Order: sequence, then C-alpha cells, then structure tokens
Amino acid sequence: MDGVDAVEVTIFVVFFLLVTVLGFVASRWRRGADLMHLDEWGLGGRSFGSWITWFLIGGDIYTAYTFVAVPALVFGAGAAGFFAVPYTVVVYPLIFLVVIRLWSVSHVRGFVTPADFVRSRFDSPTMALLVAITGIVATMPYIALQLVGIEAVLKTMGVTGQWPIIAAFLILAIYTYNSGLRAPALIAFVKDVLIYLTIIVAVIVIPAKLGGWGAIFGAADDTFTAAGSGGLTLAPAGQLQYATLALGSALALFLYPHSITGALAAKNRDVLKRNMSALPIYSLALGFIALLGFMAIAAGTTPVGTDANTIVPRLFQDMFPSWFAGIAFAAVGIGALVPAAIMSIAAANLFTRNIYKEYLKKDASPAQEAKVAKLASLVVKLGAVAAILLIDPQFSIDLQLIGGVIILQTLPSVAIGLYTRWLHRGALITGWVVGMTSGIVMLYNVPRIGPDGVVLREHWGGSAFSLGKLGLDTTYTVYAGFLALLVNLLVTVAVTFVLRAMNVEDGVDGTSPTDYTAEREDPSVRDLPDPLSDEPLAGPPPGSAAAPGR
Amino acid sequence: MASQGAPPAGVAPRRSDRSPWNWLLVVPIVVPLLVPLYNHRDPELFGWPFFYWVQLVFVALGVLSTGLVYRATRRSSADRAAARRAADAPVTRPAEQDGER
Repeated sequence: MDGVDAVEVTIFVVFFLLVTVLGFVASRWRRGADLMHLDEWGLGGRSFGSWITWFLIGGDIYTAYTFVAVPALVFGAGAAGFFAVPYTVVVYPLIFLVVIRLWSVSHVRGFVTPADFVRSRFDSPTMALLVAITGIVATMPYIALQLVGIEAVLKTMGVTGQWPIIAAFLILAIYTYNSGLRAPALIAFVKDVLIYLTIIVAVIVIPAKLGGWGAIFGAADDTFTAAGSGGLTLAPAGQLQYATLALGSALALFLYPHSITGALAAKNRDVLKRNMSALPIYSLALGFIALLGFMAIAAGTTPVGTDANTIVPRLFQDMFPSWFAGIAFAAVGIGALVPAAIMSIAAANLFTRNIYKEYLKKDASPAQEAKVAKLASLVVKLGAVAAILLIDPQFSIDLQLIGGVIILQTLPSVAIGLYTRWLHRGALITGWVVGMTSGIVMLYNVPRIGPDGVVLREHWGGSAFSLGKLGLDTTYTVYAGFLALLVNLLVTVAVTFVLRAMNVEDGVDGTSPTDYTAEREDPSVRDLPDPLSDEPLAGPPPGSAAAPGR
Repeated sequence: MASQGAPPAGVAPRRSDRSPWNWLLVVPIVVPLLVPLYNHRDPELFGWPFFYWVQLVFVALGVLSTGLVYRATRRSSADRAAARRAADAPVTRPAEQDGER
C-alpha cells in the first residue's frame, strides 16, 4: 500500500471508539448485585434471554475467522474452503440435546466450566486439570486468529508496524477487565448489524459490478484450471477430508470453553433450544462470505504482499467507496473483538476455578478469585498478541484447525460424560494422553504443499492428514482431529473394560440423574449460583467427593 | 441421589428428554456429510454450481428440523406452571442459601 486513506481510517476509528464506549457502559447494563463475583463477571449473572443468547453465541461462533480466513481459503483452494458451511449446519442438530443437559446439570450443581463438571462427574481432579489445560491451550490460537483478522484490516488500510494491533487489544483488555461478559454481549449487537449490512451490500453490489454470479464462478474455474490446483468442486481424494473436517469441527465447537460460557449464560433450556434452530441464520451469511473468495478471483484482487488473509479487505477496498470500506473494516475488526473477549473470559474462568483455586490457593476469597480471573484474562490476551507477533501464519485458518484437534480430546469426558458414567476416570486420562499424542504427531507430519506441488514446509502444514502415511494405499486425506478422537475413544473404551474387570475404584458421581433434565423452575436450579461465597459449597467445585456435604 | 455434594435446594422431578421427534435431528447431521452426493456442478442455479447452492439449502434443512423438534418437544405452559408452583412450595426449599450470600 502506498498511502493511508483518511476517510477509511476515520470511519474505522469512529466505530472502534463507539464500541469502546459501549464496552464501558456495559458494566452498568442489566447489572446484578456484585461484579466482584466470578459468576457475575464471567457468566453475566446467567440471565440472558433468547435474543442476547443468539447474539452472544453467534458472536462466539462466527468470528473474524469466518470473515477473513474462510474466504482466504476459498480464494486459494476453492471448494475445500466451503467446509465451513456444512460444519455450521451439522453442529446445531448435533448438540441440540447435549447442550441442554449441560445447562441443567451446571445450573443445579453450580458448574462454571467444563472442568468443574468433569471433576464432579468422574470424581477426578486430574482429568479436570487436563480438561482445563486443554481448554486454555486450545483457546489461545483461536484468540490469535481474531488478532490476525484485525491485523489484515490494518495492513490493508496501510497502517503498518506492530503498535496498532497492540493498541486494539489494550482497549479490548481494559473493557473486558471492567465489564466481564456484559461487554461482548452488548457489542455483539453492533458487530452483527455491521456484518449483516456489509454482507448484504457486498452480495448485491459486487456481483453486479463483476457481471453476475455466472461470471464469478466462471473466472474462479478458469483460474483453478490454469493453476492446476483447487477447483469449483472437490477432488475425489479430498471428499473424506471435507466431511471429517466439517464433522470434527462441529464436534469441537461446543467443547471450547467460550461456547460453553455462552450457552450457560442462557436463561433456560427453551432459550437454548430455540437458539439451536435460529443460529443457522448466521450460516447462511457465512456461505455468502465464503464466496467473497471467488469474487476476489473474478475481480483480480491481489493480497497485500503475500498475506492471503488481506484478500477480503482488499476486495472491499477495490469495490466500495472509502467510507463504506471503512464500515466494512470496522465490521471485521469488531467481529474479532467480540469472540476474543468471550474466549479470554472463558479461559480465565478455567484457570481460576480449576487451576488456581484447585491447586494454588484453596481458600481464595470470592474477591481474590474474581481478581485472579481478570488478571488471567489479560495474560491470555497478551499470550495471543505475542503469538501473532512471533509467528506468521500463512493460512490463519490452520490455527483454528489445530486448536480443534486439541480440544476434541476432551469429548469423551465432557460430552459423553453428560450421558454416561460408564467410562472409567483412569481410562479417560489414558485416552486423553494417547489421543493428544497421536493428534500432535499427525499434525507434525502434515507438510504444506505449494500450488505447484512443491513441499513448502515439511511439518505443521495444516490438519489434512494423508492416510497414505499409515501404510494404506490411497491418496485420501482425513482431518487429523477426527482420527485422533477415534484413537482416543478406542483407548478409553478398551482401558475402561480392563479397569472395570480389575475392579479399580472409580470414585463417586457428584451428580444425580435428575440433574440433567432440570428446568429453570425446579427448586434445585439456582438462578445465580454462588459457589464462591463462604457457604459450605466453597472450596473444591461443588459436588466433588472432597466437598463436605451440606 | 449422590451421597456427597447433595443438590443445593430441593430435588428436581424425574423427566426425560426422550422423544421420537429427536430422530428428525439425524437428517441435517447426515445429509451434509454425504459429500459425493453433491460434489457436482450440475444442475446450476442462478449461475451457482450445485455444490454451492445445495449446501445453502442444507442450512434451511437444518433450521427446519431443529425448529420442528423445538416446537414439538417444548414444554406446555401447564407443565411450566406446575413446576413453578412446586418450586414456590415452602417445604421443598429447606435453605435459601443462594439468597443471602
């Protein structure tokens, strides 16, 4: 870029400031008794109705990565990048019945994190620690991905250097520190309005300028044919990868601590169920966003330098007047802030509840706990900033896919645990270790292959693991996370059989069957559970064997 | 009932999330994963290859199935009122432990 467009930058900055002000106002909005309590800060007091939940979970799931990385992938690889659509179609029916069970048991027992649940259900502090660490580690690349989104916009606007991205995240850090989950819930409105506006305009204006959808797909087809890679449909060997990636990502989505935070903040089970059928509206938008990649091909858009992530911002710059490009950029930027805020809060909850309070300071007061959570959320964000400044991800989507491989390893304990306690805690730990190891080994063995078939990098080149490496005579690839999860499940089941046969102690279930179907009106359900007070429930997460019964 | 970590206040009635309607959820999970069925260009619609437009149709399929299941399995208002009455009955609430803090 030769210069900075003043109009673009001004509009972007104005919206950013507006959002910052909203973030500060949020600390007063629908405020509960005391923000100094972790429940209040980290779960918004658990009182969100249908609309806010829709915006909040939507803000969680449809992030800057959808706006920047998915079209970048479609731009580079064609059909394979469209996996984000089946992924977000499959996810809601898949978790429809699961997430309400989690809601119920959490509201009866006062669980704030998935690790709280695992600790109580399987009577295993070790497995809970593993779930907490997995959640924190998997969230970091996801936050980093949001930073990549903001970075792409700033680069396109010609703002260079590293300070703008640091400044953006300082703002985010300060207001999440102040307002907790309220800040992202409130600015999620602004984010969605801006994003829908941008998409609607883009879908009408850009195809009209480029000569219609037929011309767009035609140009993309010609480009892929000439390049000899990618294409408008999947190569036969890529179909299995496409399906396993969609399914694997869907299974992973609601294991992420931030998705669970969003879901637990819902008012009741009906709100969640209704949302499961309303959330796919975002997926429709996502389909159009993905196709921005083809529009960029047809328009002959070139990225800034070699950074493919700038392709959508560059397309907006080419197609829109500066003032509207500024609005579109603000949409991407704010679209990155909302999930980043929720993610860092969720990671902080995990650290505070399941590491700090469990292992470091068992007698922490509620105020201490809330303070540690706030500090932890700052540290997580700083970690993500550092990650982005140090590494240079070519296709940033890989960051999310790698996070997915990791988080999927908590599925047996978190998701299957909601249905059965048959899996033995020792087996869950073994399965996690083996699954995680095999997942990482597979990721290590994925080469990054350039457009002309040259190996650009030997290792860590994505998440499409070639089945040929297992000695199978095939060119098919499969999502590494999916394969690693299968390994994990097999090991967990096998070891469970062994441990059960040997009659190894498997602890006491801290939950009861009726917990999983509890409704808001039930006497056992807490509106605003307060596990942090000086009540007997304080100490280890409620329901664990170590907790003194009331 | 678990011996330790007893429920906070009162007991939830036995319920079930089971319903034949839930089988409807299988459709939008399975169909989008059958990639070979839609990995073609034809028939095109408004210039869109089949691969792309049909996956947007899947979105509608998902909304329809989950929406139907939600409607069919939603608790009736009578159920909810009964639960609320039970919750308000003073006997079932031994301690208002969340209230005081």
